[in-house]
Amino acid sequence: MRRLVISAALVILCFVLQSTVFKELAFGGIVPNLMIVLTASYGFMRGEKSGLIVGFFCGLLADIFFGGLLGLYAMIYMYIGYLNGKFNRVFYPDDIRLPLVLILISDFVYGIISYMTLFLLRGRFHFSYYFSNIILPEMVYTILITLLLYPIILWINKKIENREQRSARKFV
Amino acid sequence: MSPIVKRKGEKFTLPGKYLLFILTILCTGLIVLTFHTDILSAPASALGGFIVTPLQEGISKAGSWINGRSEELVQIRSLLKENEELKAQIDELTMENIRLQQDRYELTNLRELYELDVQYDEYDKVGARIIAKDTGNWFHSFVIDKGYDDGLAIDMNVMAGSGLVGRITDVGPNWSKVMSIIADNSNTSGMVLSTSDNLIVSGDLELYAEGVISFEKLVDSADRVVEGDKIVTSNVSDKYLPGILIGYISSINVDSNNLTKSGLITPAVDFEHLEEVLVITQQKQTVGDN
Repeated sequence: MRRLVISAALVILCFVLQSTVFKELAFGGIVPNLMIVLTASYGFMRGEKSGLIVGFFCGLLADIFFGGLLGLYAMIYMYIGYLNGKFNRVFYPDDIRLPLVLILISDFVYGIISYMTLFLLRGRFHFSYYFSNIILPEMVYTILITLLLYPIILWINKKIENREQRSARKFV
Repeated sequence: MSPIVKRKGEKFTLPGKYLLFILTILCTGLIVLTFHTDILSAPASALGGFIVTPLQEGISKAGSWINGRSEELVQIRSLLKENEELKAQIDELTMENIRLQQDRYELTNLRELYELDVQYDEYDKVGARIIAKDTGNWFHSFVIDKGYDDGLAIDMNVMAGSGLVGRITDVGPNWSKVMSIIADNSNTSGMVLSTSDNLIVSGDLELYAEGVISFEKLVDSADRVVEGDKIVTSNVSDKYLPGILIGYISSINVDSNNLTKSGLITPAVDFEHLEEVLVITQQKQTVGDN
């Protein structure tokens, strides 16, 4: 229950920050993708199921407010969360390299799929422009933000896990 | 044995694979449904307005408050000095005011002749504040702090200053989504004010960095349209009210078919620093309406 409330709060917080504060902190009009960081982190920290649920709700929020089609971003984020969950087995909290690489790849995949579904299908073929002006800067900015945001998510996750273990021991 | 069969005394859990499968079908269903109809937009937008909009509004307000306070502190010293200068200016301006009043009299007369501007003033407008911007980097839509509770509706035109910003594409109880004319997926029917030639104005992500938008399909066989001409919304547009300023032509080229022209427009609105907008509560009359 506690985990559910905190997760929901994190999703909403990331969405609100991304649409308000970070829009003001944008470098050259590019905003970091906090929701990808959150989705991917939940994926490799908690497993496939948590990743896909968090991803689904992150995407759904983006869909309701800014998407043209309800469900498109939800699906993209959900699959990213799920695939990150596959790396749960090789994830160690002390190692920051794997999370960084996974988040980088996640944001890259997100950018490519967004381009393909929202731009390529409307006949915008100038891929190199979109790659170097939107996808790449977003990846760089997102990775910089990850260095700040990821330790916080990790710390929150550790706190909840400790608490859960304690209360589980109480019952035994 | 199937992993979803519930054994006695075991807590029921659904494996990720199955959940992914179910949600994928749900998403596909939603996409298909929203592609063809808009029955889902009302409950979804109400939910969003209930949970997220108050937060966005709060953060936006807090941000501008802090910004305002810090600016105040910096400004106090310069204000004292400015006060002296302003007093001197008042005398100067009083003189000028008298002269301007005479000009104004002339202007009202001219406006009566130039009916377009009079019509422009007559649209009822509601002010709204931008509280959130698109989370992605692909499009340029934003959310304002008024919705159908304030009398707004889908397709109402949005302006800032004297120029067109876009139109409302989604509306909730206390928020509305505005799609700007510079967004990559936006096409607006426009008109050259001086010659009444129609053209299509479309936003383009590639041109966005240069601060311009493109236009195309301008038929101008007499070569009367030149750079610097005003572009306004056309009277054949089915979403936009006629005569709202879009921008000025900054470059113009003949297309390879030798019939039409295309080029670039500098928008009248500064989209980078947009904070407050005006929503015109009057909607364009279409063929179906009576």
